[in-house]
Amino acid sequence: MSLVKVTIDQIEVEVEAGTTILNAARIIGGGVVPPAMCYYSKLEGSGGKCRTCLVKVAQGSAKDPRPMPKLVPSCRTLVQDGMVVQNITSPEVMEARKAITEFLLINHPLDCPVCDQAGECHLQDLSYDHGLADTQTVEDRRTFAPIDIGDKIKLHMNRCILCYRCVMVADQLTDQRVHGVLGRGDHCEISTHILKAVDNDFSGNMIDVCPVGALTDKTFRFKSRVWFTKPFDAHRECTKCSGKVVLWKKGDEILRVTGRKNKYGELEEFICNDCRFEHKEPNDWQIEGPRKIERHSVIGQNHYEKL
Amino acid sequence: MAQQILLKNSDVPGLASFEVYRKLGGYASIEKTLKNFTPDQVTDEVKKSGLKGRGGAGFPAGMKWSFLDKSTSNPRYFICNFDESEPGTFKDRHIGQLNPHQLIEGMILGSYALGARTSYIYIRGELFYVLRIIEKAIAEAYANGFLGKNILGSGYDLDLYCHPGAGAYICGEETALIESLEGKRGNPRIKPPFPAIVGLYDCPTVVNNVETIANLPWIMNNGAEAYAAIGVGNSKGTKLISACGHINKPGIYEIELGLPVEEFIYSDEYCGGIRNGNKLKAVVAGGSSVPILPAELILKTAKGEPRLMSYESLAEGGFETGTMLGSGGFIVMDETTCIVKNLLTFSRFYHHESCGQCSPCREGTGWMERILHRIENGHGTMKDIDLLVSISKHIEGNTICPLGDAAAWPVASAIRHFRQEFEDHVKLQKCPLSK
Repeated sequence: MSLVKVTIDQIEVEVEAGTTILNAARIIGGGVVPPAMCYYSKLEGSGGKCRTCLVKVAQGSAKDPRPMPKLVPSCRTLVQDGMVVQNITSPEVMEARKAITEFLLINHPLDCPVCDQAGECHLQDLSYDHGLADTQTVEDRRTFAPIDIGDKIKLHMNRCILCYRCVMVADQLTDQRVHGVLGRGDHCEISTHILKAVDNDFSGNMIDVCPVGALTDKTFRFKSRVWFTKPFDAHRECTKCSGKVVLWKKGDEILRVTGRKNKYGELEEFICNDCRFEHKEPNDWQIEGPRKIERHSVIGQNHYEKL
Repeated sequence: MAQQILLKNSDVPGLASFEVYRKLGGYASIEKTLKNFTPDQVTDEVKKSGLKGRGGAGFPAGMKWSFLDKSTSNPRYFICNFDESEPGTFKDRHIGQLNPHQLIEGMILGSYALGARTSYIYIRGELFYVLRIIEKAIAEAYANGFLGKNILGSGYDLDLYCHPGAGAYICGEETALIESLEGKRGNPRIKPPFPAIVGLYDCPTVVNNVETIANLPWIMNNGAEAYAAIGVGNSKGTKLISACGHINKPGIYEIELGLPVEEFIYSDEYCGGIRNGNKLKAVVAGGSSVPILPAELILKTAKGEPRLMSYESLAEGGFETGTMLGSGGFIVMDETTCIVKNLLTFSRFYHHESCGQCSPCREGTGWMERILHRIENGHGTMKDIDLLVSISKHIEGNTICPLGDAAAWPVASAIRHFRQEFEDHVKLQKCPLSK
């Protein structure tokens, strides 16, 4: 594999040809990584939609040093040898990101106090980093009634930012497409077509890929704020999936089971609904130890390792 | 009388039938081309003619063809974009309805040049009656040996299909059109890769506008030089302009590019002046998405030269004092028009038609509409005007496809040129022109 050199915010890095700018930035890590609300490395075709990861390409490549005329989505733009990218060093990018954050929030209910995702929500993180302190909108937001997607998943369409990740999960898991997007524009709606439940052993992963609180686990809803629960790595023998999960415990009680996510909030492996919803007894699981959560500040503050 | 390429025989009764079209010299270009030209020679001919895409962007058609990936053994596709739905633009419908065989003839030439064995006309869902006309014409072309296997004994096979959309403006964007044609939701794809490399069914594809394709038979019959002799500067040939609004003679006119705008609006041969002898206030020169220009800037450029109906002249001055030829939807407004209300109508359209895939366009178009609605109805504030400018700036260039730009440009240009009128709405707390 040939290596190419790319400079992101004045930091040079060598990556394999065919890497996206976003993944090159993730190799560098730290502050130069653009936020990604829709890109998900394990979902084919994801990315390019939310526009939060827009960056400026100041030099296209060593061969053709012209800058790219518009900001480009870093999750879908491949690096070229000698490319120079500006992310946090470009005021233009930061202004665009601020605007995109505002766009994502104008139809969002901001109901974090009653939302199960609060504390591990990517939109929360994004608005802490790039949001305005006040709102410029006075209009009503679009509203939908919450609906069930299958018997274990609740959809709050009001909170959805239409990243299409859950649609792609459903697309990749099942041949018979039952889950998709209805309507157009800001009245778009995630839906199982004609309210048909998604009946698949791995449908629960839609909850884990959702960057916001649009899809939540009905077995966990309103049980606890996530920062009061303590995550542990655990596993069990499972015939359907690897059985490697994170248990979210309050005292001895297992409140929630999720897949293991890396620091960008992406699942390491998809887990089955059996592990996720049906096994909540402590003796169902072999506990490996506390799980370190790097990304989400609120949970990260829980220094439970010492307990 | 100006040179007529597209409207020449449109008064002849029964032009939509094969017999009449053939009697008037139709399909001669196919006989000539399949016998005497290789596909690459056809592409060269189109390149030399200087024909630009007539759908709005004005990209040279021959150049677009030359980007087609010829290195793979995959099939290639040629698609006609008949999803004409820009407010103010209604020229393609005219060709499809009255002169479908000229479009089919162009489709055969284009497909031959690109090496496509299957081609599609993607027609807007609302134009179902035109679909019937085109399907009848396609059947006639098959029956007379101009479509199907071994066309005129040349060994070239072509199947042509007409496919209706389901009524979405966004499917006029070429990658959304391709998605829709594949039977998927009409969301634009993220580019690159461009359709010339990865298009329909992941095969190399060229998408052209109806009017572009309908020009091909004339170019092949009369030669690229003859075509390039019409027009001015880099704007070659003729252009259909669908003129509407407050003019005495709304309709579709074929002009030679380079006609002065003033002549187009005021001469009796074309629009015939403003209705009731009113004063001209503003013109949207190329369909609703191009920047609006006030009367003084549409008739004369900022340098004081007369403005011409051509790609370059209309664009002179950039977006500060210029606009675009676009798709040729020429909307004229007289002094009784409220610019804010007009803009609200445009914004409502873009809000309704945004596909909802990327956030700036999905959220921004609706937000702009709601603010404009407030201003028009007397509930706006001065801050709202600046907010509109900032929203349009943040949508422009940050979206997947040009629909975001198309929604942002009218807002930005209306406030740039008619800010006073927005402020009057805020101060009076109502529309100053309402009774």
